[in-house]
Amino acid sequence: MTPLLQITDLHATAGDKEILKGITLTVNAGEVHAIMGPNGSGKSTLAQVLAGHPGYEVTGGAVLYQGRDLLEMEPEERAQAGVFLAFQYPVEIPGVSNAYFLRAAYNEIRKAHGQDEVDPLEFLDLVADKLKLVNLDEAMLNRSVNTGFSGGEKKRNEILQMAVLEPTLAVLDETDSGLDIDALRIVADGVNTLRKPTNATIVVTHYQRLLNYIVPDFVHVLAGGRIVKTGGKALALELEAAGYDPILETAGT
Amino acid sequence: MSASIESLISKEYTAGFVTEVEADEVPKGLNEEIIAMISAKKHEPQWLLDWRLKAYRQWLKMAEPHWPNVQYAPIDYQALRYYSAPKSVKPKQSLDEVDPELLRTYEKLGIPLTEQKRLAGVAVDAIFDSVSVGTTMKAELEKVGVIFCSFGEAVEHHPELVRKYLGSVVPHSDNYFAALNSAVFSDGSFVYVPKGVRSPLELSTYFRINAAETGQFERTLIVADAGSYVSYLEGCTAPKRSENQLHAAVVELVALDHATIKYSTVQNWYAGDEHGVGGIYNFVTKRGKAMTNAKISWTQVETGSAITWKYPSVILQGDHSTGEFYSVAVASKRQQADTGTKMIHVGRHTKSNIVSKGISAGRGQNSYRGMVKVLPKAEGARNYTQCDSMLVGNQCGAHTFPYIEVDNKSATVEHEASTSKIGEDQIFYLKQRGLSAEQAVSMIVSGFCREVFKELPMEFALEAQQLLGITLEGSVG
Repeated sequence: MTPLLQITDLHATAGDKEILKGITLTVNAGEVHAIMGPNGSGKSTLAQVLAGHPGYEVTGGAVLYQGRDLLEMEPEERAQAGVFLAFQYPVEIPGVSNAYFLRAAYNEIRKAHGQDEVDPLEFLDLVADKLKLVNLDEAMLNRSVNTGFSGGEKKRNEILQMAVLEPTLAVLDETDSGLDIDALRIVADGVNTLRKPTNATIVVTHYQRLLNYIVPDFVHVLAGGRIVKTGGKALALELEAAGYDPILETAGT
Repeated sequence: MSASIESLISKEYTAGFVTEVEADEVPKGLNEEIIAMISAKKHEPQWLLDWRLKAYRQWLKMAEPHWPNVQYAPIDYQALRYYSAPKSVKPKQSLDEVDPELLRTYEKLGIPLTEQKRLAGVAVDAIFDSVSVGTTMKAELEKVGVIFCSFGEAVEHHPELVRKYLGSVVPHSDNYFAALNSAVFSDGSFVYVPKGVRSPLELSTYFRINAAETGQFERTLIVADAGSYVSYLEGCTAPKRSENQLHAAVVELVALDHATIKYSTVQNWYAGDEHGVGGIYNFVTKRGKAMTNAKISWTQVETGSAITWKYPSVILQGDHSTGEFYSVAVASKRQQADTGTKMIHVGRHTKSNIVSKGISAGRGQNSYRGMVKVLPKAEGARNYTQCDSMLVGNQCGAHTFPYIEVDNKSATVEHEASTSKIGEDQIFYLKQRGLSAEQAVSMIVSGFCREVFKELPMEFALEAQQLLGITLEGSVG
């Protein structure tokens, strides 16, 4: 079976600085992968590169998504093909209602799959169920996208979008940062509910605590732009107990 | 980002076609003889010709204003033609008799005039160069006493109203372009809403410049008698031509006690190409006078024209009167816009509210120029101004020129301004959700303009939003 995502020796720079220095990673459908690592290790860069952020240049390696060359695809094509990035810092779009934005995104993805667009009323029904999943009030649909949202609301809004768009590959970029324990649980419950044998999730995180709620199949430790260690969920607990230093020392970085 | 921004800006102007019609024109140039000729073509009474000539003599003594933040080559007023009308337009013709070629023109512009196709709930006066082609829904309006016709017809059938109010808000000597308009104005729309009547329809005028080397000088006069209400909308387009064309209009609004006039504009004159060749010079004077408890609300979406020079204003004459100005102005390609408003607080407890959204893209230069003046007797006057600019790309400019003069200590005047840039992060965020760059820009800009769009009548809000999408398509990559 073709892996859902196959990253081979991926190198990427931001400006003159090389940040990813040869990442190799295979993700199959149905799996949850955690990418952990100290600050500045390249975790968020990897997430952004997968989504196609124009601020990074891929200088080497390959990324295949469902057998297609992901790096050749525009960010919107990746989104339409089922790649979703939950942003570490969700962006504010003043004056655009969350409902309008969500429906526009939903319809673009439907159109890309040759499906009909849904009208605002149909969409409202659909989104009502998803709101419950992340414990957000219907009133937030009429608020401007992320504008004036609290940190927790922004993160829950990301998961709401994920719930609506039903991605095949979801990349959560430090979704746990800035969340209190209740919000963390809500976000994790949302992600777990959306887990299916046909999709996969990459959880990028600095801390182990999110992994108490979203249990990974694999944990990868990223340091200096490379994966220095891969293990099961026990690796995350090990990191929690001993910190990153022992692993980094062993890896010689 | 900027290279792809530039590549995205050059969206086709869809209203840029020319209609082949045989025209009845006056020779080029401007003098008293030409003015008499225009007046004669319109079968005007002597008093109106005298008024025109008075304005012309005044104009000769005036100098073209150069204080706006715009640049253009000198205009040769003798090289312009001041009147051009399709020969097929006959006085008093009904819409069934209108030249099919003209009907097709309006249909192509999305303004069907024939009975079967026209917009529900909207009466339209269609102005083609210097004359009105026809006015729809007149009978429905007459039932409630609302007069909606071309200016020419109003002069013929309602001379007392025209004579009473013409020049009462914008005098013939008001400014250079208003004086020029007063001398040579051709058609425009006239509206009178009787006491206590709420106009059952939206009234709308669609201005089309077609002829080459011809200026359009329309004049619109709207009188809302005591306690009445009217909502009026104008739209404008012109063919793509490589020479600049002058459009110098005057709009006067009179809102008598307790009356409300809502005036909306969707301006989409040809803006010129990306090198700044061609396009309309839109030099317009718009002003309303609000009497006791009356309200005048201007909403404008200005996406076209090479140069815009326009300050829809309200004289808050009566106590407790209200003036509003909601504006979206776009300057992309090489467009230059110097637009804003004047709110003159004369009466006590008068209120004004200004919301201006300026969008600059390409090499566009966008200036907001607004005056808030509180006269000594305007006890308790209040003004709130919000002036936001958005930059798309890095070769454009946004400028703000507020003038605040307060001569009454009890007045409250607030001014807030902001400038933002469409962020690469905003675009990436939307693209990551499946939207194209164009959709992303259009969504961000629509959001920026939302406070203004919500003031437009429903049918036109959508049109304005689409227009903005078209104007900015190609602005960001």
